[in-house]
Amino acid sequence: MQAINHVAGKAIPFGRKNVDTDVIIPAHWLKTITRTGLGKGAFESIKLEDGNVFTDERWAGAPILIAGDNFGCGSSREHAAWALLDMGVTCVIAPSFSDIFSGNAFKNGILTVALPQEAIDRLMEVAQDETIDIDLDTQSVTTPFQDRFTFEIDPFRKHCLLNGLDEVGLTMAQGETISTYEGKARETLSFLASPVLAA
Amino acid sequence: MTTAPRTLYQKIWDAHVVDQRDDGTCLIYIDRHIVHEVTSPQAFESLRAAGRPVRRPDLTLAVPDHNLPTTARRDANGNRVPIADPQSAQQLDMLEKNAPSFGIRYIGDADPEQGIVHVVGPEQGFSLPGATIVCGDSHTACNGGLGALAFGIGTSEVEHVLATQTLLLKQSKTFEVRVEGTLGAGVTPKDVILHVIGVIGTAGGTGYVIEYTGNVFREMSVEGRLTVSNMSIEGGARAGLVAPDETTFAYVKGRPYAPKGADWDKAVAWWKSLATDEGATYDKSVFIRAEDIQPTVTWGTSPEDTSGIGGVVPAPEDFADASKRDAVKHSLDYMGLTPGTKLTDVEVQNVFIGSCTNSRIEDIRAAAEVLKGRHKADNVKWAIVVPGSGLVKAQAEAEGLDRIIIDAGLEWREPGCSACLAMNPDKVPAGERCASTSNRNFTGRQGPGARTHLMSPAMAAAAAVTGKLTDVRDLAPMTEPA
Repeated sequence: MQAINHVAGKAIPFGRKNVDTDVIIPAHWLKTITRTGLGKGAFESIKLEDGNVFTDERWAGAPILIAGDNFGCGSSREHAAWALLDMGVTCVIAPSFSDIFSGNAFKNGILTVALPQEAIDRLMEVAQDETIDIDLDTQSVTTPFQDRFTFEIDPFRKHCLLNGLDEVGLTMAQGETISTYEGKARETLSFLASPVLAA
Repeated sequence: MTTAPRTLYQKIWDAHVVDQRDDGTCLIYIDRHIVHEVTSPQAFESLRAAGRPVRRPDLTLAVPDHNLPTTARRDANGNRVPIADPQSAQQLDMLEKNAPSFGIRYIGDADPEQGIVHVVGPEQGFSLPGATIVCGDSHTACNGGLGALAFGIGTSEVEHVLATQTLLLKQSKTFEVRVEGTLGAGVTPKDVILHVIGVIGTAGGTGYVIEYTGNVFREMSVEGRLTVSNMSIEGGARAGLVAPDETTFAYVKGRPYAPKGADWDKAVAWWKSLATDEGATYDKSVFIRAEDIQPTVTWGTSPEDTSGIGGVVPAPEDFADASKRDAVKHSLDYMGLTPGTKLTDVEVQNVFIGSCTNSRIEDIRAAAEVLKGRHKADNVKWAIVVPGSGLVKAQAEAEGLDRIIIDAGLEWREPGCSACLAMNPDKVPAGERCASTSNRNFTGRQGPGARTHLMSPAMAAAAAVTGKLTDVRDLAPMTEPA
């Protein structure tokens, strides 16, 4: 995972509520066996709408996306995070995110920033012409007009994002702790822990 | 370990904590992992690149379902029928190769046990009450109907579970959805969950695990509970739970991978101890009267856009929230619907009965009961019934349900995810409507431009017969339950 601390630049003022991962990347794009190349399929149905923000040159290649409440609901497809990365987005700001999407985003080094709707409204306005600046270390979002919004983030996630840590590697280092649990579970929860399948 | 009263969720969580960090993040042990072809290739690739093995292949099961065509998979000579889409073929091929190379049991495309992962898990007794179950698919929540803590994960987490058999998680808040009273005739588990989502909204359960309580769920079959829990994610909750009880034990007992002998007795004793304690509290609760639930359909592009079948298409102005008004405007435009139109006046050209939500034997029976002696309307161009697994298919055929379905002019297909998300050739044409028993009415879900109305199997069958959204209760007098 790429370490991330500072994201600054144009922000796509999307703002729509309840955007599901089928909208972020439709199912026919999920047939890939790699993590790259999904930017082309991102927001495919929205790109067909007149005056949409995704085909507008003003926000081409913008690193920030501003969305509405409950962003990334629906399917667990991590392709949604991969599609955003492929279109150059490394930070999404919204009033709230679905649980699965925010986890997937985090694991791909995408910063999800939750701010109240009033702050989102203000940032949507600023993003029309100006850039936005997000600093993970100080947990703040700022604009050229001296707006400053602070956000909460899980300390463990912050630590991993700042240092680009590989979670699988971190957990594998706890192999003995896992073995201890398995040993105990074989006694108390034998019906769950015993080997059940063979290839 | 706390001795304070605990909820079902907290008990399952506590039993699976491997390690706890100071900030509350826990390393949680995963008892069962199901892998399908769409969300696993990148995970296996990363393991291979890092030289990491699968920690517990014996707790992992691989089943293809999303890309498989629902037409015949073997020709008359028993040879595999080639899959037209090269990308679908490649994903399926990768799972078929990855599973054995990592020592994982693989159920193949033409094996009688093959089916939708969330149908196969419970059916095989691989999914068990009290277990932690994950799969790279958000409808893993389905397994919560057994009283398992089951939830969907992304591909990075699939890799994490394959490598470590654990996940790093923070405990969710708990959300009690209590439904009490008597369900009316023609009101099914699907109507219950659509109604619940309409009440709580698609973000209502975000950050929560739902526990479904009340006599309606206690009196529901396990298959009905699986339907309800399946759509927990449509209410924003990563997982849903119904406390395991005698109905659950009777369902699980004797299934191929279910515990046996002394292990069975030990399991039942533990499962009985999991019910939420008297005095335990939930972080929030909602109470719904069963009598308020009608046969329910969706009219928009979010699963919260529900209405009793007797209702009309709403107008954007009917909603207080500005962003919801905007969303409804987009929805109605996409759906080609005019506010004020009676839902029963909305014509459908396609019918899909299937998906992990509604493709088990009780669902096929419910559809067949409506279709028996009737025929699909002329304006319904495409109507397919897709069983959830090869075993469901065989059972339905043994009961003669396939004949009823075929005689009614519907197609009887091979098992898989099919038109729920249209990754295989089963798609709804752009601009056309589909009465669908699946779980998501999202824009483009059943094919680009497709317009989805979610409903129960009986309601979808009724729509097939009349060619429009229909109150199944108007079609024929409901037979009284024996």
